[in-house]
Amino acid sequence: MTTSPPTPPTQAAIEFVSVRKDYVSHGEAVPAVRSLDLAIGQGEFFSLLGPSGCGKTTTMRMIAGFEDPTEGKVFLDGRDVTGVVPNKRDVNMVFQSYALFPHLTVAQNVAFGLERRKVAKAEITKRVGEMLEIVSLTGMEKRQPKEMSGGQQQRVALARALVNHPRALLLDEPLGALDLKLRQQMQIELKRIQREVGITFVYVTHDQGEALTMSDRIAVMNNGRIEQLGSPRDIYERPATRFVAGFIGTSNLVDGHVSWSEQGYAVLEKGPGERVVVPVPAGVEVGRDLEISVRPEKIDLHRAMPANVTGSLLSGIVTEVVYHGTSTNYTVATSAGTDFVVFDQNAHDAEDVATRGERVYLTWAPQHSYPIGV
Amino acid sequence: MDRVKRTLAPYLLVLPGGLWLLLFFAVPMATMLSLSLQEGDIVNGFVFTGHWQNYTESLADYQTQLIRSLVYGAVTSIVLIALSFPVAYWIAFYGGKRKATYLFLIMLPFFVSFVLRTISWRMLLTDDGVLFHPLKEAGLLPDDFQVLGTSTAVVAGLVYSFLPFMVLPIYVALERIDPRVVEAARDLYASPMTSFRKVVFPLALPGVFAGVLMTFVPASSDYVNSELLGSSETTMIGQVIQAKFLQNSDYPSASALSFTLMAVLLIGVFTYARALGTEDVMKVAAR
Repeated sequence: MTTSPPTPPTQAAIEFVSVRKDYVSHGEAVPAVRSLDLAIGQGEFFSLLGPSGCGKTTTMRMIAGFEDPTEGKVFLDGRDVTGVVPNKRDVNMVFQSYALFPHLTVAQNVAFGLERRKVAKAEITKRVGEMLEIVSLTGMEKRQPKEMSGGQQQRVALARALVNHPRALLLDEPLGALDLKLRQQMQIELKRIQREVGITFVYVTHDQGEALTMSDRIAVMNNGRIEQLGSPRDIYERPATRFVAGFIGTSNLVDGHVSWSEQGYAVLEKGPGERVVVPVPAGVEVGRDLEISVRPEKIDLHRAMPANVTGSLLSGIVTEVVYHGTSTNYTVATSAGTDFVVFDQNAHDAEDVATRGERVYLTWAPQHSYPIGV
Repeated sequence: MDRVKRTLAPYLLVLPGGLWLLLFFAVPMATMLSLSLQEGDIVNGFVFTGHWQNYTESLADYQTQLIRSLVYGAVTSIVLIALSFPVAYWIAFYGGKRKATYLFLIMLPFFVSFVLRTISWRMLLTDDGVLFHPLKEAGLLPDDFQVLGTSTAVVAGLVYSFLPFMVLPIYVALERIDPRVVEAARDLYASPMTSFRKVVFPLALPGVFAGVLMTFVPASSDYVNSELLGSSETTMIGQVIQAKFLQNSDYPSASALSFTLMAVLLIGVFTYARALGTEDVMKVAAR
């Protein structure tokens, strides 16, 4: 399966055409973004997701105008903005550390962009007031940024950018500095604000949970390239590469040769009675090497050999049992040679748990196997 | 026992420095204060009178020099801001890995004796010295052109002497600015000039403030630059005090002048700090 980006329905808000970006370090060109073709739609909540150094921040900074591509072009609303300075671009950014102006009050911070655009004083006061209401900071106009909590500073940064009604809002790991509870709260808040203002959001993060929760589409980046572009469900359920399977959530990977196939399913025999069944497109022949990904929550764990299994079956020895409240997580050394992680919902009798060293049987439905890169 | 130790510790820590200050600062100050209220001369001895006439008389006699010193100090500070800001800015934002080297270069002249450096300025500025002689020969300057002995020469010397004291605090203030805050300004439609005016400069003002404190006071009370680069037209209050102490042995009026200078500078600095406390400075600049 290839990952050519789905064409956005209308004029793309942001478009990259064959963009490459090199940094010069010790006299050598180091690629940060290798080859990027990407179109982000109007009003989309789009995430750039990847580990540090994958090129996601560089990509965002090229939209803002803080970096210029070494090669290729960047378009905003169909206009070529390659080489245009940041202050002449109709996008605004929420910085990782908020980067609020420490010498200005909250209201002055929010008004900064409007003042630069010579908006009338009365209009500025009105829009700043409205914006502070949207981010629930009414009454804090006169505060200094240093007198505010991290979460409040975060909202000021958001208001300062959104008040200008930019074509797109760029958010660089904006929740990274907040604690877990506040982060989850802000995720919902951000999503709400994005719906309310209807502006394109480009969200840079290394937190896959955050990206899955909020995004319409996600581009998973690694090593200066997009590994996969798709909806959160696509990316989670059908990882295009081994990297994506490993980076997004937990994946169990098992590989082997196709023993036989019929009716769109391939079967990989893994010992007497044990096998992995996987749906495959036409043309996958017997003997072909496949790598298969299975999500831990899709697997059923049995303490006795189950009868009449239609899908995959692997046996193994439990090496680790971790109780998580809503689920129990098992690590199982399987007969297929790889360790499997299984999330077992604690819906049934809490005492019925497998113990370390016990032989168990793992089963899952055929459609829950996913062949990587086929 | 531990408790006693803990209570005493801070006082014990202060003790060496405190004694030092008492001995070499408080005692001479008290002596000087007493001297300034005495009368007499070196031959017949001084008698304590408790009269303030030394103050009124010396102030009346040397008012010109006192005001001139304050003006020189102020002009020096202003010229220093104009000269130091670009240098500090360049080192802070474009210095890269060599920042420490550049700062060291700024400090380098300090490894040469203060007096020696001023004398070399004298040689540079002299009428037929290496600087002006060739220019006069070439007809680029009139024959009677003169810098040495003028207030320009004195202020130039003062500026040179105190340059690092302005560069360093401004550098420190600029260095502390988060580059992302400047990027945020650019992102919010500010041109490079506007983001400097609205963000960088206001944030650097505490450094400018500190720099003025560190240059205005010593420049106003300096006596070496005017002595070596100036003339009788540029006499500063420091020279008057020095002459009275070391040449005329008129200790009472020298002490009175010292205290007057100190009082004027303290009042000036406090007024300046009150009027332009750093927080307020930034608020004014942000408007």
